Order: sequence, then C-alpha cells, then structure tokens
Amino acid sequence: MMFTETPLVRRKLRQERLAKWIFFGMTASMIIPLVLIVGYLVERAWPSLSLSFLVDVPARGMKEGGVWPALVGTIYLVVLSLAVSAPVGVLAAVYLNEYARDNWFNRIINLAVINLAGVPSIVHALFGLGAFVYAARFGYSIISASLTLAIMTLPVIIASTREALASVPRSFREACWNVGATRWQTIKAVVLPNSISGILTGIILQVSRAAGETAPIMFTGAVFFKAVDKGDLFPYGLREQCMALSMHLYTLSTQVPGVKESVPFATAVVLLGSVLVVNATAIILRGYLRSRKKW
Amino acid sequence: MSTAAQIVVQDLRLAYGHKEVLHGISFDIRRNEIFGVIGPAQSGKTSLLRCLNRTIDFTPDTRVTGSVLVDGEDVRQTRNVFALRRKIGMVAPLPVGLPMSIYDNVAFAPRCAGMSRKSELDGIVEQCLRQGALWDEVKDRLDSLGTKLSGGQQQRLTIARALSHQPEILCLDEFSIAIDPVTTMRIEDVLKELRRNMTIILVTNLTQQARRLADRTLFLWKGAIVELDRSEVIFSDHPGNRQTYEYVNGIFG
Repeated sequence: MMFTETPLVRRKLRQERLAKWIFFGMTASMIIPLVLIVGYLVERAWPSLSLSFLVDVPARGMKEGGVWPALVGTIYLVVLSLAVSAPVGVLAAVYLNEYARDNWFNRIINLAVINLAGVPSIVHALFGLGAFVYAARFGYSIISASLTLAIMTLPVIIASTREALASVPRSFREACWNVGATRWQTIKAVVLPNSISGILTGIILQVSRAAGETAPIMFTGAVFFKAVDKGDLFPYGLREQCMALSMHLYTLSTQVPGVKESVPFATAVVLLGSVLVVNATAIILRGYLRSRKKW
Repeated sequence: MSTAAQIVVQDLRLAYGHKEVLHGISFDIRRNEIFGVIGPAQSGKTSLLRCLNRTIDFTPDTRVTGSVLVDGEDVRQTRNVFALRRKIGMVAPLPVGLPMSIYDNVAFAPRCAGMSRKSELDGIVEQCLRQGALWDEVKDRLDSLGTKLSGGQQQRLTIARALSHQPEILCLDEFSIAIDPVTTMRIEDVLKELRRNMTIILVTNLTQQARRLADRTLFLWKGAIVELDRSEVIFSDHPGNRQTYEYVNGIFG
C-alpha cells in the first residue's frame, strides 16, 4: 500500500514531534520567569498598592508614602528624550536608507550607528556628564538627563526605522521613479505611509528603555528627593533636577534605612506597569496599522 | 509614418562595476514606430531601457559612456531627469500596483508634475485607464487598492500609470511574462492604437510578439547588436545574420 507507515516514516514522524515539542518547550519556558517576576513583585508590593500610591508624595523621609514625583520625573525624561531622538533618528534613517550612496562616509556612519547601539549605558552616563552637564553648562538638570537618554536611544531608533523602511519593496520605489517622481515625492507617497507602523513601534519600544535606565540619569539630573506637591503635573523646570522611578527604586532599596518593606516593590510594580502599558500600546498600534497593510 | 529619428543611441557603453554589459552599441529609433528588442536573458535589454530614462542612476557603481539623444537632447547631460522620465513611459516586467487607490496610482505622476485640479486629474485617470483597457473593470471602484487587483489587471494599471504623464515614448520591458495570453492580446491591441501618437519600444522574450507588432526589430546578444532590420527581414528565413535565424527559430546554441 502506498500510505503504509514504514519504520523509516515512523522515525521521521517521531523526530518531527520531538522537534516541535522542544521548540514549544523553549518558548513556554520564557513565560515562566516573566510570570514569576510579576507575581513575586505584586505579592510583595500588595500592602502598598493603591491608586493613592501613584499620586502621593514620599512621606517620613521616603520611608512611606507614594511615588508621584518620581513618576512625573520619569515621564518628563522619557518625553523630552524621545522628542529629540525620534525626529533626529527617523530623519537620519531616511537619509541612510533612501538617499545615501555606498561611499566611505556613509559606511563610517553606519558603523558608528551600529557600535553606538552597543555602548553600555554607564558610558553614555559619563558622556552625558561631560558633554551636557559641564561642557554645555546645562548643569545637573532634566535637559542634561533627557539629552543623555536621547543619545542612548538614538542608534536603536535609527536601526529600527531603517528596518521598517527597508521592508517597503524596492519595486514600489522604482515604479515611482519611472514616472518622474523625485526621491522625496516617492518617500512621501509610498515609503513613509507604508513603514510608519514599524517606525512607531521602534520608537515606542525605546520608551521602556529610557524609562528603565538608571545610570545615565543618575549622573546627569536625577536626585534622591525633591519636594513636590501631591498630584502636581508640572512640578519641575527644565533646568532643575528631578526624581525618576528607576532612580527612586535604587534609592529606596539601598540608601534609605527602615523603609516599609512593600514600598520599593510597589515602586517596581509602577515602573514595570508603566512600561507594560507603553509596550501594549505599541503592540495594539502595530496590529491596527498592519490590519490596514496595503499589499 | 515619419522616418525621423527620435532616439539616437551612439556608442553606448554601460558597466556595472568592472563588468561591461553594453559594449558600445549604436542605433536609432524612429518617431511613431514600434521598435522591438529581442535577445536572451542577460543580453542587456533592460539595462538599455534604464539608460534611456536615466533610472540607471539609481544603481550604484555604474559607468555609462557614449550618448543617448532623445529629440536631439543628450539624456546624459540633461539636468531635469524628472521631465525626461515623464517623456518616457516605462512598464516593468512584473506588474507593480502602488499601495494606494487605483485612482491615485494613475493620478500620482500628474500630481508629482504639479497638477492638482480635480477635473483635470479625473480626465487623465479615465483616459489612461481606458487606454490601458482597464476602465470598464474598475470604473466603479477607483477607491480600492491598486495592489489588490489581479496580476493582469495590475499590469494594465501599470501601463495606465506609464501613460498618465503623457509620454511621447513608451517602453515595455517584457510586459507579458506575468500575465495570461488573453490579457496579453488585449494589451497588444492597445499598443497598436497607441502607436498613432507615440513611439513604442517593445523589449520582449517572445519573438512572436515582436514579429506581430514591431516595425523594426533589434537583436541584442551579450551587450552587442547582432542585427537590426525591418521585422519582415529579421523574422524571415534569410535574415542578415545566421545567429538571428537560429535565435528566432529556437535553435540557438
């Protein structure tokens, strides 16, 4: 019979099943640490978790109270840094991907972008300290810290944007050039509208990175404590220092004796939660834009 | 038919890096003729077209020498390549519907050239889609995406787009390799119409197609001209060159 299972076929089928289960097992094992981290954090943070924890200011020498100044500070830093790195990064990526010829200058730029993405954040921190705090005389301030974060996120935004641009088939560009469109007309009409979902996703993913880093802002503009009114939306001037969630977590865990045990964990939950919210936004946005994909 | 030369190619050489793919070819194309170009793959047919409308500029590391005159003007010296490309309509082998509406696909080129009046654009869109033999199929859904059309429809859309900037010369690069024979015949009929007011360069792998349509046919092989003559001669039993006979009759080896 044609469809009889010979021993060879059976062995192949067994291998196929085994391979599938191994791949599935590895995938599933990624979920375990995630669940454990979130579960552990929430469990330890439970006594402090409440809406008022978000909007309260730290009390009694940061031993109790909430995280409002740090939360607002993180938002300041992230928004300002992306306001710089997103436009610069996207425009640079458009140049590199759509205009740049393959010459030594552009090859050096490419190499620089790739290597910059691999520079450890503590090195960015030192650079920010020298460049923005001292050389540019911004002092220890939100500006210095945001610019440092911007430098740190820039190469990754360039790389992710280039990838998004490169996913638009070259045949579309050639079709536009053939009818007498300039490169810029082509970019406007075809390239950007069809890569915007990838570009935005890449940018949004850098939000979580900027929010989570401690070293770059510790050296350039984040402070242990700053007196801020409860629920005040604009507590900081740009030339002032600010509190930030990542820094706050570090401070509570290592510098303040006698902190109520659940407070640092609750701070970690807030940090993790805001990052997850932002990432979820990215995923939903990507899903929405993909559903309108045009080819 | 006027016999004035509209395109004059003189000693055109093209190299990609160190690899020369056109070895100094010279010929001319007359106004309002259908000019066939036949030859096996890798013989330089597409490269030749890309030299005409200067899209060769988009390939890095190319070297072009010699001259290509279109209406007396050397395309290699012209500063306004965009006007040049509008003068030459180009249809690529694989159909490309741009990821925008059918209407926008056709209106794209006129808009790039600065036209914005709705009534004018409407007129061009309808005229070009009619010329591309696509109007009747899409007139009720001009808003739907060009990329969602079938392959044959997309190729006719591509032709409509190539006509949308009112070219005087239309280049078709193996336009029929991705579409069915019925659509191919419809487009061939369209070309017979179009030749009344434009010059058509028909690059094709189907020698029979050149025989059916072309007034004159150029046989290009490995970047050099083997023979250029009236199609009756090229496709006769006694063309000027033995190689031509062998290629046309499929005994090339």
